[in-house]
Amino acid sequence: MAEYTPTASDWAAAPTIPTLQLQGISKAFGAVQALQDVDFEVNAGEVVGLVGDNGAGKSTLIKIISGVYIADKGEIFVEGNKVSINNPKDATHVGIETVYQDLALCDNLDVVANLFLGREDRSTVIPFLVRPLNELEMENRTREVLKQLDVKLPSLRVPVAALSGGQRQSIAVAKTILRNAKVVLLDEPTAALGVAQTRQVLELIRRLRAQGLAVVVISHNLADVFEVVDRVIVLRLGRRAATFDIHSTTQEQVVAAITGAQFGTLLEQNGTSNDSALEVQS
Amino acid sequence: MSRETLEQKTATSAQPPSASPFSWSRISRLLRTTDFGQFPVVVALIFIALFFEIRSNGLFLNSENLTNLVLQIGYIGTVGLGAVLVLLIGEIDLSLGVVAYTCAAVTGVLSVEHGWNAIPALLAGLVAGALIGLVNGIFVAILRVPSFVVTLAGLLAYQGVVLALLYPQTSLILVDPYVAYIATTYLPDVLGIGLPIAAVVIYAAALLFSRIRRQRKKLVVAPLWTLLARVALAAVIVGGTVFVFEGEFGVPQVAVILIGLVILFWLILRFSAYGRHVYAVGGNAEAARRAGINVTGIRISIFILASVLAAIGGILLASRQDIASAEVDQTLLLNAIATAVIGGVSLFGGRGSVWAVVLGSLVIGGLANGLDLLNVGDAVKFILQGIVLLLAVTIDALVRRRSAAAGR
Repeated sequence: MAEYTPTASDWAAAPTIPTLQLQGISKAFGAVQALQDVDFEVNAGEVVGLVGDNGAGKSTLIKIISGVYIADKGEIFVEGNKVSINNPKDATHVGIETVYQDLALCDNLDVVANLFLGREDRSTVIPFLVRPLNELEMENRTREVLKQLDVKLPSLRVPVAALSGGQRQSIAVAKTILRNAKVVLLDEPTAALGVAQTRQVLELIRRLRAQGLAVVVISHNLADVFEVVDRVIVLRLGRRAATFDIHSTTQEQVVAAITGAQFGTLLEQNGTSNDSALEVQS
Repeated sequence: MSRETLEQKTATSAQPPSASPFSWSRISRLLRTTDFGQFPVVVALIFIALFFEIRSNGLFLNSENLTNLVLQIGYIGTVGLGAVLVLLIGEIDLSLGVVAYTCAAVTGVLSVEHGWNAIPALLAGLVAGALIGLVNGIFVAILRVPSFVVTLAGLLAYQGVVLALLYPQTSLILVDPYVAYIATTYLPDVLGIGLPIAAVVIYAAALLFSRIRRQRKKLVVAPLWTLLARVALAAVIVGGTVFVFEGEFGVPQVAVILIGLVILFWLILRFSAYGRHVYAVGGNAEAARRAGINVTGIRISIFILASVLAAIGGILLASRQDIASAEVDQTLLLNAIATAVIGGVSLFGGRGSVWAVVLGSLVIGGLANGLDLLNVGDAVKFILQGIVLLLAVTIDALVRRRSAAAGR
């Protein structure tokens, strides 16, 4: 299977324009070069796993995409259009939503309140003065979104503190759907979850893909990554070290790319087997 | 048992109607998820009422004493309302008690020494409260100094301000009748009976209206009897209270001011986006910030509102005593915070309702009033109030730990 990393001249001719594409992203913190000329792309209806060792640049890359950091160099395209992302609001505006590991939920608020936090639907009794929350509308839309994602909850009116880890993750993801996300970034979505909960979340990720979203999963757990993603992009020492098509790759090959330990030998093996490790940039 | 029947079984037990009402899993789930909030307090209140009624040979539960009780707790509840707001965002304001005295002194000095009319003098007292709250808020929300320290400093500083305002005396007799009579006026029967009835009718209509709207949208509605029960309960409580007041001089204006403020803030916190954001800041400030909520603005506004409420409480107190005093009673602050906490407002932020002040101040005020009737003296009074407060905070801590354990 042929894999490619699209370049500017490339994607115009490519059959699909990536939903999110980064080109030549570099970022330094003082003397430390966190990212060096990194390309990244994810298509609609595709799940990409972003893996790498600690300090490989994963979080820096994610923070650049979600607007927390600004890249020193490089360009970002959403559906082929160049965008400038200078803060998290810009990212939201162009349809990029991030679900952080801490989920950013208010434990004391119920499901509906959490989903609509900061963008509550209000009805107007007296213009500009009395504008109460439109609970009916919000509850209805919550129901729709949860149904769309096939998330089942005991009640929409319980504080989210009373829900399980998987359910809480689902709510954090549903939040991004409500905001009409095109790209959803999931930071360690299965960390600290039990087996059944993990299954729930992986199922949820598949449904996001089925909805035609571009999904990026950052994870340390390769087993989970292999179960749900279509492609794996490996970062190593601030560079994009390798890209794998998941269906023709083993976990060992990915681990080798992450650590760089047996890189040389594996490359040879790949060379002979001809369709596994697809591109090596460093 | 095959897997399928097992699944069927779990599916059916998830539906409340077909499950046994006494199944252990159901009870334990209920225990974990129900917010008991007010229930233990109501029980405590009934216990206090019965105990003092019996020990005082019927002096506690009569119209005269209960009217007196409401006059005693009106200003505590108002300052307590300020404490609730600050606690809801997970902060604390130790200056509320002194601020109450300071703002009353501002009103008193302007009214008595500068001959201002009642309305401007009262407004000036409230503005003084707002300014103090603004300063507190700026230090807490923008400079990020812990509210504990900011307001402790304020407690000391404003104590000095009161002394300076009233210097060379330590108290000022309020001669303007409009200022002095705020806390000692009773409503005419038309209003005293009419307002509560109107409130219950509006409450019932609102519940019914929202139920019909939900049904129309095919959303889940609670059974009709729960609606009727809620209206009946409200009617009984309101009717009983009005009946008690009418047995003496009528409904005290203080009660209307306190309940009016509670209802106002309940509506704001429960039904407005602003109120939702206040709870969000108290629950998880970082999540609120990421959701685009102006956390700094919410914090500052809450400190302003709390100090304005303290100012109102201070004016009620001064009006009740006919003097603006520089001898600050520190139990006012403690009682105000105790009122909030006993009523189920969490010290850790984000949990509780403004109705806490009604229950909390009835417990605190009821204890003090009852012990006075029994003539036990301040020693026992303080010890008992301390124990009750400690109990309330302990329950809060336990509930928090339990819900955290059930959460993940």
